[in-house]
Amino acid sequence: MAKPASNTSRQLANAGAWIDQRLPVSEFWKKHISEYYAPKNFNFFYFFGSLAMLVLVLQIVTGIFLTMHYKPDASEAFASVEYIMRDVEWGWLIRYMHSTGASFFFIVVYLHMFRGLMYGSYKSPRELVWILGVFIYLVLMAEAFMGYVLPWGQMSYWGAQVIISLFGAIPVIGDALVEWIRGDFFVSDATLNRFFALHVIAVPLALLLLVVLHLAALHEVGSNNPDGVDVKKKKDSKGRPLDGIPFHPYYTVKDIFGVGVFLTLFAFVIFYAPEFGGLFLEPDNFNPADPLVTPEHIVPVWYFTPYYAILRAVPDKLAGVVLMGLAIMVLFALPWLDRSKVRSIRYKGIGSKIMLAVFAVTFIRLGMLGMGEGTYIQTIEARIWTFAYFGFFILMPFVTKYEKTRPEPERVTK
Amino acid sequence: MSEKESLESVEPVADKGRRMLLLAGTGAVGAVGVGFAAWPFLASWNPSARARVVGAPVEAYIGDLEPGQLMRLVWRGQTIGIMRRTDEMVDNLSEINDDLRDPESEVADQQPPYAANQHRSIRPEILVLNLHCTHLGCVPEFIPEVGAQPFEQNWKGGFFCPCHKSKFDLAGRVYGGVPAPSNLVVPPYNFADNDHVVIGVHPEGAA
Repeated sequence: MAKPASNTSRQLANAGAWIDQRLPVSEFWKKHISEYYAPKNFNFFYFFGSLAMLVLVLQIVTGIFLTMHYKPDASEAFASVEYIMRDVEWGWLIRYMHSTGASFFFIVVYLHMFRGLMYGSYKSPRELVWILGVFIYLVLMAEAFMGYVLPWGQMSYWGAQVIISLFGAIPVIGDALVEWIRGDFFVSDATLNRFFALHVIAVPLALLLLVVLHLAALHEVGSNNPDGVDVKKKKDSKGRPLDGIPFHPYYTVKDIFGVGVFLTLFAFVIFYAPEFGGLFLEPDNFNPADPLVTPEHIVPVWYFTPYYAILRAVPDKLAGVVLMGLAIMVLFALPWLDRSKVRSIRYKGIGSKIMLAVFAVTFIRLGMLGMGEGTYIQTIEARIWTFAYFGFFILMPFVTKYEKTRPEPERVTK
Repeated sequence: MSEKESLESVEPVADKGRRMLLLAGTGAVGAVGVGFAAWPFLASWNPSARARVVGAPVEAYIGDLEPGQLMRLVWRGQTIGIMRRTDEMVDNLSEINDDLRDPESEVADQQPPYAANQHRSIRPEILVLNLHCTHLGCVPEFIPEVGAQPFEQNWKGGFFCPCHKSKFDLAGRVYGGVPAPSNLVVPPYNFADNDHVVIGVHPEGAA
């Protein structure tokens, strides 16, 4: 009797070879997965890159299904979202996955960025990884903003009004630019319709392209790690990093565990607190948009509030907009602001450690103030934290250059 | 080796200057082409013909507007307020000039020339204002009562924005020290007759 099993496996191998001669599938798999050597000392903070990709996929899939029922029309949009929530089978789940996913995207991305700040992942040779990441963050903010407009509730409408009019602060062309963005003399159906197009196709395409570039740049230079040590410096006789382990199976398994924990938390929020006390879905957005009635208290969703606090802290419109833009743009300069000899916070001096801690508190506190009503005392406090925010970046070159660092170890530690 | 030599011999001599000229020329012509091709797409974002028609002038009857009363109407999606001020209100406008950022309406973009005066209107008593706050477009509350308010001790009546606490007087002039950079906008308007205001059209001969 012939051996059918080996026949089948030989045929499979042949088919694989046939494909490989025409499309470099196994080469790609080896280069990026099974023979991509990542440092062996990744910790908790290294979950968030893969989790960000998971949320991106979730947003794209749930988003596609939402477009099948949503109507991008000022007279129907609000009702069509309620229709999804009440009448479409499982529509509430798909919509809550999408709306909760938006907030979780930012939670994951903020932790991912904080990891980069902590371990100096933006430093040479990873400047482009960082810069592409900041672009992803910018595009993600645009995506989230336009998505929030689509349900066409009061906060959608007035949030759009406030954010679009920020462009009006630009001298000379400001007013014409605002009219061009809105496509009307006020935020209207034309605005909603184009935001829908941008939200469902244009911006996601840009986002996907940037993610591919972000990963391509990362895999070119290799991953950083909590020690900030270059694992490529010590290799075995076969040229594999001594402190590196193949991404698959080691980190695929680790990441799958992270996905499990993440999805548990995600499901808990979707099922028990999808509005998250008005933070993920604001109460005012359950009223249909009305151009003639301004809500008493306009605040953006939580992930924008640190910048909103900076905007409101400045008594001048143009200066406020400029400072808010600068607060984000300064991230691009980070690789050149840090002049430390070492990458990781573990080996930096006490000055850097204090500054990073203060910066984390600053960002959270600004976020809280941005949600407030903007009373006099809150405005004063926001001004102090705004100084702290920019102080982090302004002081960084001096502190990192002159502070006493500890020597980086030769090999990664446990 | 002889085969390689023959390959090298057919390699043309590179003329770098000529190559750069061709590259620059192709690039420049291509860029112009891209510009022309982009134009229709960018222009498609402008307000459409329908939006422009909907944005046509509107007429309001003010014959039954009482002194001290504010009426609101919508023009181009903007809330426009028309108020008949009392003589006392008009006379008191100059009292708080020191608290204001632009008491003499010197910023030209905020009103047509025919409203660039103390009372910011054609007729002293009739005030026509775009009610959207010049900070971020919210609609301020109308608080005509004179007297101390939580947000202003020396309140002479005016508009108070709930969004970011900007304050305006009864001529739409902005107070100092608030987020709004400039006075509320006076839209183009004219009087069709004694009792009718047309919003969106300048008076004949003006502007």
